[in-house]
Parts: sequence; structure tokens; C-alpha cells
Amino acid sequence: MIPTSFDYVAPTSVDEALSVLAEAGDDAKVLAGGQSLLPILRMRLNAPEKVVDLGRIEALRGVRDGGDHIAIGAMTPYCDIVDDALVREHALLLAKAVETVADPQIRHRGTVGGALVHADPAGDVGAPVLALEATLVVVGPGGERTVAASEFFQDLFETSVGDGELLTEIRIPKHTGWGASYEKFVRVSHQWSIVAVAATVRLDGGSIAEARIGLTNMGSTPLRATAVEQALVGKGASDLAEACSAAAEGTNPPSDLNGDADYRRHLAGVLARRAVQKAMEG
Amino acid sequence: MGEKVQRREDPRLLTGNGRYLDDLGRGALQAAFVRSPHAHARIVDIDIADAWELDGVEAIYTWEDLPGRVAEPLPVLIPHPAMTHARTGYCLARDEVNHVGEAVVMVVARDRYVAEDACARITVQYDTLPAVVGVARARDGDRLVHDDVPGNVAANLRQEVGDVDTAMAAAPHTLTLELAIERSACMPMEGKGVFARWDADDGSLRLYSSTQTSTGVRAAVAAKLELPLAKVEVVTPDVGGGFGVKIVHPWPEEVLVPWAARNLGRDVKWTEDRREHFVSSAHERGQLQEVTVGFDDDGRLLALDVHFWHDNGAYTPYGIIVPIITATQLLGPYKPGAYRVEFWSLYTNTVLVTPYRGAGRPQGCYAMERTMDAIAEHRGLDRAEVRSRNFIQPDEMPWDHGLMFQDGRPLKYDSGDFPASLAKLKALVGWDDFAAYREQAAREGRRVGLGIGCYVEGTGVGPYEGGHVQVETSGRVNVATGLTTQGQGHQTILAQIVADELGVPFDDVHVTTGDTRRMAYAVGTFASRGAVMSGNAVALAARVVRAKALRIAAEALEVSPDDLDIADGVVSVKGAPGTSIALKTVAVMSNPLRYAFDASAAAATQFAGTFDPDTPPVGDDDEPGLEGQDFYSPTQATFANGMHAAVVETDPVTAEIRILRYCVVHDCGVMVNPMIVEGQVHGGVAQGVGGALYERMVYDEGGQLLNASFMDFLMPYASEVPHIETDHLETPSPLNPLGIKGAGEAGTIPVSAVIASAIEDAEGFPIRSMPISPAELWELRRRHAASDPHPVPVQEDPR
Ligand SMILES: Cc1cc2nc3c(=O)[nH]c(=O)nc-3n(C[C@H](O)[C@H](O)[C@H](O)COP(=O)(O)OP(=O)(O)OC[C@H]3O[C@@H](n4cnc5c(N)ncnc54)[C@H](O)[C@@H]3O)c2cc1C
Repeated sequence: MIPTSFDYVAPTSVDEALSVLAEAGDDAKVLAGGQSLLPILRMRLNAPEKVVDLGRIEALRGVRDGGDHIAIGAMTPYCDIVDDALVREHALLLAKAVETVADPQIRHRGTVGGALVHADPAGDVGAPVLALEATLVVVGPGGERTVAASEFFQDLFETSVGDGELLTEIRIPKHTGWGASYEKFVRVSHQWSIVAVAATVRLDGGSIAEARIGLTNMGSTPLRATAVEQALVGKGASDLAEACSAAAEGTNPPSDLNGDADYRRHLAGVLARRAVQKAMEG
Repeated sequence: MGEKVQRREDPRLLTGNGRYLDDLGRGALQAAFVRSPHAHARIVDIDIADAWELDGVEAIYTWEDLPGRVAEPLPVLIPHPAMTHARTGYCLARDEVNHVGEAVVMVVARDRYVAEDACARITVQYDTLPAVVGVARARDGDRLVHDDVPGNVAANLRQEVGDVDTAMAAAPHTLTLELAIERSACMPMEGKGVFARWDADDGSLRLYSSTQTSTGVRAAVAAKLELPLAKVEVVTPDVGGGFGVKIVHPWPEEVLVPWAARNLGRDVKWTEDRREHFVSSAHERGQLQEVTVGFDDDGRLLALDVHFWHDNGAYTPYGIIVPIITATQLLGPYKPGAYRVEFWSLYTNTVLVTPYRGAGRPQGCYAMERTMDAIAEHRGLDRAEVRSRNFIQPDEMPWDHGLMFQDGRPLKYDSGDFPASLAKLKALVGWDDFAAYREQAAREGRRVGLGIGCYVEGTGVGPYEGGHVQVETSGRVNVATGLTTQGQGHQTILAQIVADELGVPFDDVHVTTGDTRRMAYAVGTFASRGAVMSGNAVALAARVVRAKALRIAAEALEVSPDDLDIADGVVSVKGAPGTSIALKTVAVMSNPLRYAFDASAAAATQFAGTFDPDTPPVGDDDEPGLEGQDFYSPTQATFANGMHAAVVETDPVTAEIRILRYCVVHDCGVMVNPMIVEGQVHGGVAQGVGGALYERMVYDEGGQLLNASFMDFLMPYASEVPHIETDHLETPSPLNPLGIKGAGEAGTIPVSAVIASAIEDAEGFPIRSMPISPAELWELRRRHAASDPHPVPVQEDPR
């Protein structure tokens, strides 16, 4: 379990990183926190000739207020997100989901950007980012473009970030005052989600004015349960079960060692109700 | 003895100052292996040319390159007459591979990076063969693992006590249970590892191995490499866990690494990585079982007829120890009436199966305890009551089951008080109050269940262990025993025993384990035998030293040895503490010297005037030095026992399983250090929880292990291991001087049985297959609801 040999570069700016990538072509791989990439290299599932470490690019790290949105640098590690005041105030759902990722050591190294580009369907960052209707900033040789989260995830481990491109920022429209909960079903702590449901709601009086629901590991990409979101409008806390039971509709979840597709569909409905109920509590 | 002395190994290990195999051998050449990607295949061609192109490659070996006995199959370590078809692999596969992970080519290179790069450049062509995976497939016998082993049967063994057919026919009630239990594995934090130094000038080998038996490795390697035993020494550094897998020896790497070191005249090292550990070490547990039981109206056993099929993997180097233990220890604390047990040990194209903590007992306990619950259910009786009615009583000890145990000796329980243990357990868990708790929980929409499991564990099997105790002139006491240590706390408990026996401060006693330079005769660490075997051995050796010290001191003080006592390192006359002599002075006197190298040595030299001129400096029957050695060799195992109970909650909608309480009553005779016993129980229960709820080796039909990483092979974290409530009983063993019984495996044994019992109690339908996941429990609920004419309505989510 040792990687093949590779060259290592650690540029200090995005431009420098882009030119290194352009030069290296297909043979380069970007390194963020390394929590997914290093296991892949060690198992020799990938053997890049050059590894481009983004760790020294300060501009890619941190959370700032962008007016109607908050902007999170792609290299911001999980541990910084969890306690960030802006995130907790305007995108609580993301903080709740990130809290459940792995253990403190991994949250110290792993980054939000790395997780999004890696796009593991069992990863916990995709569903909240999708549900919060984030916009992702991608730069490449041709300049900068923005991609809606709904367009970003393309398939298993596949996003719209192309070779030679970098994800630089995640912009999340402010969901100030929205309650949020991330219900992650695992058998042991520090396990990847078997299924998880991300829910965030805005209340009006005692009932739901708006809801956003994201699903983790219910298909090859994170999914949004828009039918449930609509059905929830106007519902009170004691009145969620029926709307939520449809959470798995139209999904095609995997069957694996932790459960088959039927079980996952069942869980999605249960977890959706639990998540929405907790989100309503704050 | 008997005190909760802090473990003296902890500060060193917990502060990162341990010295494990991979910490040794800086600058050594490193080995890596090309391993089979197929479960069953013939090797057609091996092309190594490309690998030689790499700078830093020192050697590439295939089976063709192996000389003499290195090229022969690995030994069948524990032959047994019933094992008619023992098969072992080669150090490097010859012509055929029988499981994914079998070593085919060895590369030795400047470092592990180059070695693995070279492995990646080697191409092996295979003709794949159909794989035999799973007990059911192996039992069918339509596909064979080894062409010359019909029906895939390595061994078939049947033991019968009494007339089962007659007793069964006469029994008022009978039940048959079909049971399954899955594979798991030891998974020590540190995998295997070997580091060899060949001294060409001296023609000698020093081998470091992360093993549970250094003497075993030494003998096996000397035999394989055709070296005189005197030219081989084996040292175990700190070992990061064993749990059974490291008792197997020699592993192919333990032969190949020193052989390569001798060939190349260089230090060579190999450290197993996690993926290798999954596919090329050993697993355990997998069995299918069929139990037929006859009993009376009161739930008393009249006849027990057990058949089981044991998956032994691709090879049988460790023989049939595991199924023999299942067959015998299944009986637990019960009188079975007439008993018949027959097993078939079957080959499959999977990693070999050798003992893992519990070693066949968890499967046996599971079979017996599922049966007890089934009888209780059938008769409408309390589950604890059914067990109690079948107990062997204290006044019936020693109890001979009339069977042969794993050591070839009678299965004869030496002591135990099962009714007292059960009473303690019922009090600890609140057995009689559980019905009320269940009702209360039900009112809250929660589902809870109570489970129970009892076991007896044969511990401390022979043949022997030795102890050597030496008092230095500084007062330091060196203790050596040959078995190895993997973190159990041997340094602490053996020092406690010697400190007590000899009468010296605990801090003066220093213990060495697993070093053939210090103790050449030893067996190993397995079968919960460390404390029983080496504990008694060092006690006996300390008594030898004590007697010698008293004799020398008696002469010096001109009193009878009977009038002397040793305490705190000082020999003094009983009742006259002023008349005394320090033990370290006795050590000086025990070794007459010519040369003085320090002040205490000067006191022992020939002109010091302390010796009688008419006797030789060392008497005819005497030896220099205040030291002594002795061996402990029992006639049979000593039998510990325990009873566990658990309260489990199952989520009515997600089928999540949570252990709310876990209670243990344990009896391992006299406890040398109750804190270490509890630690052993806690660790054992943790592994048992893994086996009950999380761990399994998932092979696909083609023999690929689908979860060969910690990402997919789930083990409990601290967060999944319940708080463990313990209570103890101390029924001394009459068989050994210290009255102790083993405790190492105890915690693991009944956990699957207990958790199955508790889930069954919560759910109201039988659990017949373990481990169980939430998804499987959910599926079982669906199946039972579908076949139930009055299904329980789908429950509202209480959360
Ligand atoms: C033991 C363990 C447990 C884990 N448990 C969980 C869990 O419970 N939930 C969970 O969600 N995740 C889990 N993870 C994965 C973790 O979240 C990873 O950190 C994350 O998936 C990747 O982030 P990273 O910063 O480490 O990225 P890296 O591993 O460095 O990179 C991942 C991929 O993204 C690419 N990449 C990274 N950054 C960029 C960028 N800015 N632009 C373009 N490409 C980029 C890399 O080239 C690589 O292909 C676990 C990981 C481990 C090791």
C-alpha cells in the first residue's frame, strides 16, 4: 500500500496552480486534504506523475460574507466550517452535515472543496450543498465560470470540474434563520453514510413555509427531494410523516454490504421525517 | 497478588515508546509480495523481466528458486488422526493458488517503495478454476479446492457419550435448530512482520517476529533453513496485538525473510500492510450448525445431537483445533444427557481459518445457548431457570464429560459454582425486574430485550511453560518466561507473582517474555494460558530461588532456614528483625569471585575472608548465582466460566440495534490483578460485540473478499462498545499452585449468543444467524410479518 513515485509541487497562487496543471495535462492530480486522494494513490488505483498540492494557496481558505451569500474557499477544512459563525448563521445545514464527517483528525485535513470534487455519493457535503442551492466557482485555462449545484454532480465520482480546472469557491445563498438537521444513518460512528437526509426549513408560525431536502447515498449523486419539499409546505410538526414517506420516490439507491436498495428507500422516508422534525426545532 | 496494581507497560506504550517490528531494521532491505488476485487458479507463467529493470531491486524469487526444505509444503503444526486430508500451502505458490492473497512472488529491494513498484511490474498468467466459497458450497462437494480431497473434507470427527439415539427417541420433546455464524478475524492493530539479521561470520540468524510464539518460530525456521537450533535466536519486540492469528507459524514470510537474508547476506525486513492482513493471514468463526435436542417437561436435557460444518479455508496448518473446541466447549456449564457431536472441517478457496480469541468457543456457546432459549420458549419457561436446571452442581466437581479436549486430554472441569454465578448475574442485570422495564419501554414506543449466555472455557492448556528468576547483586530481580506478550500485562502480573513469592519490592522485578535467548523452552501465548502457565512457572522458579536464598542466609546468620523470612528484599530472622541480611548481599555471597569490578563484587572475592577454607567455593550440588528455573506442566486444562446478560434496544422503524447494558459475571479462579482481569474482559466483550453486530468477511462467489479494508470491514469504535458492568466470583483451581484460571478469551465467547438472545427477546422471532445488521433485522421483520397471519401493525416512529 505505497503509491508509485510522483513529482510534488505546491504552488502559492491559483494562477500558478493552473499553469502547472496546464503544463502537466492528464498526468497531474490536485491534492487538497488528501483524505480521499491518498488512499487512492496508496492502493494504486491512480498513478499520477505530478501531484499539485493546493495547501499553500491561502486565497482558497476561509469563509467570507458575500452580501446575499456566504463564500467558502474550496480549501477550507471541515473543522473550520463546523464552528464558523457565518456558516452557522446562514447555512446551518452545512455545519450540521460536516459535523458528522469521519473523526476530528480527518475533519482537520479534509476540505469542503475536495469532498465536492471527489463526489463520493456517500459523502456528506454534497446533499447540503445541493439543498442549499449553492453556486460553485470553477476556474480553468479559459477563466472563471459558475455552476449551479444542481448541475455540478454528474455521476459517481464525476463532477463538472474538468481536467486542468479547479474548484475555488462555494457560494451559498443565505438561509438566515432556517432550522437545519442532518440525519445520518450509520452502524458505527465514523462510518460513511448508509443513507443520510439533509433538511433545512423556514418556519412561519408553527408550520413550514419553505423546506429544502437533500439525500445522501440514494443514487450515484446527491439528490434533492423536491416533491417532499413541496408537500411539506404548510405542514406542522405532527403532520410530517406522509409528506416525508415519499422521500425515496424516483431514487435508485445502491445495494451493498450495509443494506439493499429497499432498506435504503425505507430509511430515507424515516430519516426525512426525523430530519425535518429536528430542523423545525431549530 | 490480588491487587489492582497499575500496568507497568502502559506509560511506555501509551507515550509512543513501544518498539514494534517496523521500528526495527532501519536500512534493511525490504520485501514485498505479488499475491494471487484469484481464489483458485493454476499458474501458467510468471514474467519478472520488467521488474529487474528497476534500480534497487535485489532479488526476485518464485517457488522455482526455493531450495530444499524451503520448497516443501509448510508444516501441519497440529496433526490429528481424524484429519485424514491435511493440506498446507507452500512459502510461495507452486503451480496452483487456492485463495486470493496467496503469495506467488517475493521481491527484495532497497526499500518498500521499490519493492512494490517491482511487484507491479511482474505479470503472472493464471488459468482460473471454479472457486469453492462458503460452507454450503464446500459441503456440496461438486467443486473441489484440492483435487485429491474428496468432498472438500479435511477432517470428520465424531464423539459420543451415552446412547443418543435411544435417549432422543425416549425424550418427551425434541427440537431441531439450524444455525449459522459468520467469519470474522483477529485484526490486531499491528499486522505480522519479520526482520532477519544473518551473521555470515558466525553462521547464525537473529530473527525478530511479531509472533505469539518465539520458540515455535525458532524451531520451525531452523528446521526449514536446515540450521542448528543453536544458531537461531528469535526475539519478539513489542507486539501490537495477536488475538490468535500470530500463533500460527511459520508464516511463509517467517521462512522467506530469513532465507533471503542469508542468501543476500543483508538484513531483510517485511511488514504486513492492512490489505495483506485481510487476504493473507487468517480468519475464524464460519460454521453451519444443526442441533437436535431432546428434553423433558421441565426443560432438562436428555439428549443432544450436534452436527456442524466448519469452514477451514484453503489450508489446515493449525489442524482442527477450532472445531474440536467447538465440539467440546459447546456443553458449557450443562449436563447434556447423552451427547453426540460430529463435525466436518471443509476446505474453501478462502483465507485459512485458525484460532481467533475464543477459538471455536463462541460458535459452540452460540449453538448451546440458542438451544437453551428455544427450549425455554417451547416449554414457556424462564430462560435463566432452564439454564439453572441443567447446571452441573458445585458438589459434582470435578465433572468429567467423557470427551477428549483440544489437548488430547479428558474434558474434565476442575471447579466452578454455576448456580452462584447465575445468581450474581441475575442480581447484576436485574433479571426479575426486566418485565416491568419492558412494559415501561413499550409504553414509550420502544422495543427492548434481555439476553443471556453462559460458557465454560478450558484455559491454560499444556504442555508446559518455564520460569527463570535471577537476583542480581544490585537487588534487581530478572524474570524470564518464554511465552510472548501482546499487551496483556504480563510484565505486571508476573512481577506481582515473583515479588510476592520472593519477598521483594514489585519495582525491583523485571520481566522478559518471548526471547529465546533468555528462555529456550516455551510453547506460546494462546488458549488463555499466560497467567496459568507462566504465572505458575515463575512462582515455582521464585520458590527455588527463595529456598536457595534462605539456605545461604541461614548459613551466614547461623540459624535454621525455617526461622527466616524474606520481606522487602531483606532476609531476616522471624521475630528478630534486627538480625538480617539483604537479598542482594545473599546474591553476592552466592557467586564467589576472583575479580572485583565494584564494591559488592569485592565482598565476594577470594581474599575477602568470608568463605570457609575447607569447602570448595561452589559446593558439589550447588551452582553459582542466586537464580533458579522451574517449569509448570499441568495434567489438564483448568476450566474458567462466566455468564453474560445484555439489554438491547431495537429501533421499531429502522431496526437499528443498540446495546443498552452489558453485564458480566466472571470466574477465573484466583485473580492476580483484578484490574487486568477486567481489562481482559472489557477487550474481549468489545471484540465479541464486533462479532455479533459488525464484523464479517464478505466473499463473493468468485472468492473475492469484498470488504478487505477498514472502510468496509466494520469494527466497533469506543462509541459502539457498551459500558461493561462486571462482577467476579473466585473459585480457585485445585490444579495449580496459585489456584488461577485463564481470562484472556472469556469476554469474547458468549457475546454473539447473548446479543442474539436479546434481539430475539425484543423481536419475538428466532435469531438463527449471526452477526446481524439493521438491514438484516429489518428484512427478518418483513419476512415474519409476511408469514404471520396476524402481523403486528407497522409501528409509528417514536422518535
Ligand atoms: C477514514 C475516513 C473516513 C471518512 N469518512 C467520511 C464521512 O463519514 N463522510 C464524508 O463525507 N467523507 C468521509 N471521508 C472523506 C473525506 O471527507 C475526504 O476528506 C473528502 O472526501 C475529500 O476531501 P480532501 O480535501 O481530503 O480531498 P483530496 O483527497 O485531497 O482530493 C479528493 C479529490 O478531489 C480533487 N480535488 C480536491 N480539491 C480540488 C479542487 N479545489 N479543485 C479540483 N479538484 C480538487 C483531488 O484531485 C481528488 O481527486 C472519510 C475519509 C477517511 C479517510
